[in-house]
Amino acid sequence: MTVYYENVSDIRPPVISTGVIGWMRENLFNGVFNTILTLLCVALFVKIVPPLFRWIFIDSLWVSTSAECRNIQGACWSIITANYRFILFGFYPYELQWRPTIAVLLLIGLLLISRNRRFWKKPLLYAWIVGLFLMGILMQGGFGLRRVESDQWGGLPLTFLLAVFGLAAAYPLGVVLALGRRSKLAVIRVLSIVYIETVRGVPLVSLLFMSAVVFPLFLPEGVTINKILRAQAAIIFFTAAYIAEVVRGGLQGIPKGQYEAAESLGLNYVQTMRLVVLPQALKIVIPPSVSILISAFKDTSLVVIIALYDLLKTTQATLSNPNWMGFSSEAYFFLACIYFICCYTMARYSRQLEKELGAPQ
Amino acid sequence: MVVGAAPGDENRPENTADCRLPTAHSFYDTSIMKPAPSALQESAGKPIPFWHNPARRAVVYQVVALLITASIGWYLFHNTVTNLQRQSIATGFGFLGKEASFEIGESLIAYSASHPYVRALLVGLLNTIKVAVVGISLTLVLGLIIGICRLSSNWLVSRIAAAYIEVFQDIPVLLQLLFWYALFYESLPPPRMALEPLPGVFLCNRGLIFAVPASHPVYWAILAAFLIGCVIVFLMRRWARRRQEKTGEIFPVVRVSIGILIGLPLLVWLLGGRPTAMNVPELSGFNFTGGMSVSPEFTALLLGLVFYTAAFVAEIVRAGIQAVSKGQTEAAMAIGLKPWQIMNLVILPQALRIIIPPLTSQMLNLTKNSSLAVAIGYPDFVSVTNTTINQTGQAIEGVAMIMIVYLMMSLITSLFMNWYNRKMALVER
Repeated sequence: MTVYYENVSDIRPPVISTGVIGWMRENLFNGVFNTILTLLCVALFVKIVPPLFRWIFIDSLWVSTSAECRNIQGACWSIITANYRFILFGFYPYELQWRPTIAVLLLIGLLLISRNRRFWKKPLLYAWIVGLFLMGILMQGGFGLRRVESDQWGGLPLTFLLAVFGLAAAYPLGVVLALGRRSKLAVIRVLSIVYIETVRGVPLVSLLFMSAVVFPLFLPEGVTINKILRAQAAIIFFTAAYIAEVVRGGLQGIPKGQYEAAESLGLNYVQTMRLVVLPQALKIVIPPSVSILISAFKDTSLVVIIALYDLLKTTQATLSNPNWMGFSSEAYFFLACIYFICCYTMARYSRQLEKELGAPQ
Repeated sequence: MVVGAAPGDENRPENTADCRLPTAHSFYDTSIMKPAPSALQESAGKPIPFWHNPARRAVVYQVVALLITASIGWYLFHNTVTNLQRQSIATGFGFLGKEASFEIGESLIAYSASHPYVRALLVGLLNTIKVAVVGISLTLVLGLIIGICRLSSNWLVSRIAAAYIEVFQDIPVLLQLLFWYALFYESLPPPRMALEPLPGVFLCNRGLIFAVPASHPVYWAILAAFLIGCVIVFLMRRWARRRQEKTGEIFPVVRVSIGILIGLPLLVWLLGGRPTAMNVPELSGFNFTGGMSVSPEFTALLLGLVFYTAAFVAEIVRAGIQAVSKGQTEAAMAIGLKPWQIMNLVILPQALRIIIPPLTSQMLNLTKNSSLAVAIGYPDFVSVTNTTINQTGQAIEGVAMIMIVYLMMSLITSLFMNWYNRKMALVER
């Protein structure tokens, strides 16, 4: 039997190949193996998600004393709500904690503004310099603000500062090292290679140890540098080597014609690099640089090992308080969320940027 | 260049090059170091100041760079020596022979507190290698599985893999280590109430304890049989390939290899009297005796490192497989290869070329990250060295040893990488 339609556009595709059902057939139940996989995944979900949900939201306590927490099945978020000021700011004087708050907000604001490529001009650079300077004053004091010594800094501001200052200061050094590695002068090239490969070959922990125990020996008698600055120096030297490799990748991506064109215009080495090569190379390496920022941000947690009070160490200190002992899962979960949100935002941005920059103009 | 040639002879090629020198060639270009300055001056007619001569300038720059580095080095060295003298700390590696007088929780070789430091450090090094080897094997397996799941046509599986990759990449590995460690000693019961997920396997806050076959000489024979099997398989593969190239006949290599690798040890086991005795852990007092036990520190370190690194490996595997162009698959299908042949003969060889270099650097990262063991008290090399530094005050030697050990590992890895790249490099006509 044949059915004739008046109008072809009246013919609808079969229900089972469109819409939700069609999508499910296509993506979840195409074939026996995939169907089994889907069912297994669903079973796993049912087994894990509801208990986790109960643990986080239903059986949990949000504001209570630690004694009340001992009697419940769920999560004890009170450890966070009761100690969040210490976890976030460490030993920074309690009544002055608005200052690191503003410093962190300033930094986040700058990062958010920098996301937009329309603002990638000189003023943004000046804004960063002024912003970092302001943050320094807010944290340290001076200009009428009470002075807070840097050994009292801690928590989130310290984590952010170590990462951002680390990257900012390491970048110029990394660019110089990358140029050195590509130099035709044997001595400069060898020095750069030795530095880069040595630093990349050792774990950050060893550099942090060095900053903690060996670095003081390097200084002349009577001169001391505080622990945070020494750790910051270690992070800078460490990050610089990785930046150098990334920038080298960018330099290698510049066609030889660009160098030759610059030479034929009569530009010298510095001019060639500053005006022709680096602007193009650095543009290529923006997405991998964001990845380095992410690594640097995660790596700042290693300063725990030399007992600096960053976000992770303040959490550990809270956990070693007898009142709140035994709630590690909650505390680390909270911390993981902070790190995840920061890194995920940056990673997404890096990928989006890669797509935009890679797209044909 | 002929010294003393008629000045003004501008047509000689070297000469034109010389005239271009001062501005057109920048100092990084030393490819024209040959012309002697005296000739330069004569041919140009007037003396060229040495700072306009790139060859001379290159020498000056290099000497300056060397001098700066050397003086910084000397300054640091001088300060260090002064400081050490002031604190009256003896330098040198003499302390290695002294008695360590600290215990180490787990060790692959016999060790006690009365052994010298050098043995303690060796224990640490072996522990680092142990966690690195086990960690790398597990990471490869997990990373490969997740990477393939990420490419699955099943939407749910692919999303779960993607979520795993995002979450585990974006949380610092140290936090993950501490989390697993805390989970171990906070959430798991003491040995008396140990969980028994499988018969003979116990999970408690003293670690994971499981039954192992009781020692018997036959097991050594089985190991030998397995190794012999490996050699046979290797030779057979070569023979099969030659035969295929000559005659075109395909030998079922995979099935026969599996048969040999499993069958040979099994045969030895059967012939050797089929020992089945197991060394089952038993509760005695407050802890288990017998069986094999894995400490909570080792397990936490392993879990943290493996879950973290596997996320990166999965990304690498996914990218590598996706980088092989679709035309390759289509061409392979067109000549009638089966799906597993397409994967085995066409996609994987090309994908591996892309996958292996970043993969090695991830393996190296895992090894370097194993130094975080110091945070949870697993006695790896860094941790033992740290104790040594605290006891002896030999900070410089200690940090130097850590650096040298890890540098050696990187060096060996990069040598392997170079060898591999040469082997795998595309041979083009």
